[in-house]
Amino acid sequence: MGQISLSNVAKRFGEVEVIPPLDLQINDGEFVVFVGPSGCGKSTLLRLIAGLEDVSSGEIVIDGTNATEMPPAKRRLAMVFQSYALYPHMSVRNNIAFPLRMAKLDKAEQDRRVSDAARVLNLTDYLDRRPGQLSGGQRQRVAIGRAIVREPAAFLFDEPLSNLDAALRVGMRLEISELHKRLKTTMIYVTHDQVEAMTMADKIVVLRAGVIEQVGSPLELYRTPRNLFVAGFIGSPKMNFLKGDEAKKHGADTIGIRPEHIVLSQEKGDWKGTVGVSEHLGSDTFFHVNSDLFDEPVTVRADGEVDLHYGAEIYLSPNTAHLHKFDAKGLRIS
Amino acid sequence: MARAVTTRRKAINTAIAWAVGLLIFFPILWIFLMSFKSEGDAIKAPLDMLSAPWTLESYGVVQERSDYFKHFSNSVLLSFGSTLLGLIIAVPAAWAMAFVPSKRTKDVLMWMLSTKMLPAVGVLYPIYLLFISLGILDSQLGLIVVLMLINLPIIIWMLYTYFKEIPGEILEAARMDGASLRDEVLYVLTPMAIPGMASTVLLNVILAWNEAFWTLKLTAANAAPLTAFIASYSSPEGLFYAKLSAASVMAIAPILIMGWFSQKQLVRGLTFGAVK
Repeated sequence: MGQISLSNVAKRFGEVEVIPPLDLQINDGEFVVFVGPSGCGKSTLLRLIAGLEDVSSGEIVIDGTNATEMPPAKRRLAMVFQSYALYPHMSVRNNIAFPLRMAKLDKAEQDRRVSDAARVLNLTDYLDRRPGQLSGGQRQRVAIGRAIVREPAAFLFDEPLSNLDAALRVGMRLEISELHKRLKTTMIYVTHDQVEAMTMADKIVVLRAGVIEQVGSPLELYRTPRNLFVAGFIGSPKMNFLKGDEAKKHGADTIGIRPEHIVLSQEKGDWKGTVGVSEHLGSDTFFHVNSDLFDEPVTVRADGEVDLHYGAEIYLSPNTAHLHKFDAKGLRIS
Repeated sequence: MARAVTTRRKAINTAIAWAVGLLIFFPILWIFLMSFKSEGDAIKAPLDMLSAPWTLESYGVVQERSDYFKHFSNSVLLSFGSTLLGLIIAVPAAWAMAFVPSKRTKDVLMWMLSTKMLPAVGVLYPIYLLFISLGILDSQLGLIVVLMLINLPIIIWMLYTYFKEIPGEILEAARMDGASLRDEVLYVLTPMAIPGMASTVLLNVILAWNEAFWTLKLTAANAAPLTAFIASYSSPEGLFYAKLSAASVMAIAPILIMGWFSQKQLVRGLTFGAVK
């Protein structure tokens, strides 16, 4: 079981309120991602759940037990840190066995669990090495191994992949998702990378300045962002926003349209513009189109085969079915 | 061309380094050579440092006249005892300041260090009188406590600096893994800080070994360490360079040898593999 609910949880550091009171429900077995720009309070929120920070007010309930005042170790949660936080003076085996040793499990059981975890994470050959002798990806696996052996109620990940290079990150992302499918244990994952959030989450929690902006499945957030911030944060490249007359035509203060929902043509369309910088990814090409109609260049996704040179005149037509409308306060108009 | 300049500069630097090194080392060398001369040769002018006759006479006299091993064992007891006692107090103090700092932590550290600026003689009488009324004058225990108190600020500062180097996340990981405060200090913090602790111990043993104010003022015979042993040879009846030198060599040799062998330990840092 790994059901976590936060009610009215707030965190203040002295006078500064980093997390105003918030409520959040995390169901058993869910993969929840906290996402937001740096400094939005996502790591603090995770540390409050872990018990590494004390809440200033509110209540944290884990599996029906009030855990607000519990020390970290009693909460039955395991955490994987951004810096891996391995014990440098211990072998991989002892690193993974450390929580079991602290729990005073008998030696045979410790060995069994360590070798199980090592097998799952492909670490069997490295058990006698020190963390210093491992690569970044292997260290991250050891950190995950140390979390797995405890058979916790939930896993907490604090930006675990941000120290890895891009290729390794994609691989580890899949491994963690795979692990979640296999263990079916609740996972809470903090990241500033919306791609990680979109690809891994069952439920995304978007945070800004300690406030939950929206909670929902990745596609819910993509399709119906509740406000301008979520609309701009979820999706890559980010949504285009237009203000002024174009927005008024649709009865909104701001309209948003994603790069993939604009049709590009050389003959006709709603908006006339010129091609600026283009980014060729092979499968797709992103054109940044300038026009007198917009304050900023509009990003448009086109097929990888489309080839337009800098300064070419083109026409854009938004797919109105996918148009997002926002009022003066930045809230979605449905 | 560039290479030639660099080589020449390197040679000059090396020469300067050697010159400075020899200058600093000279008094020790002088004492060492004097200790193997007869009293008459030692005061001869102009001084003839390197020629024979060499003799062990002074060592013999010194050993005969005073009990070297008693002083030696007092020095060992005082320096290691005060360092150990200091560590027992300093480890929790440094832990608290490094990992649970408050707004005043820096001030507290500065205040501790400022006590080192107080002239020792300023508190000589209060402490002397305290020692008399407690009946611990000329006792090893009393001196261990005083030497510990003198070096405590340095021990805490050094440990604090080493502990600060240890990433807080590792201790948090230990806490998540179910380690109690005791387990955290015992299994994670201490093993990671061992090189730092070793150099702290070494430096403080050396400082305590060399301490020559309190050890002279608060001892007579029973608890007197090697500093008192040397001092007893700078007698008012006349200068006995050879004997004084022999006594000095015997006093500094143990700590010099210890420092020599643990040089590597002093310098070597911890190579962390735990964090990126």
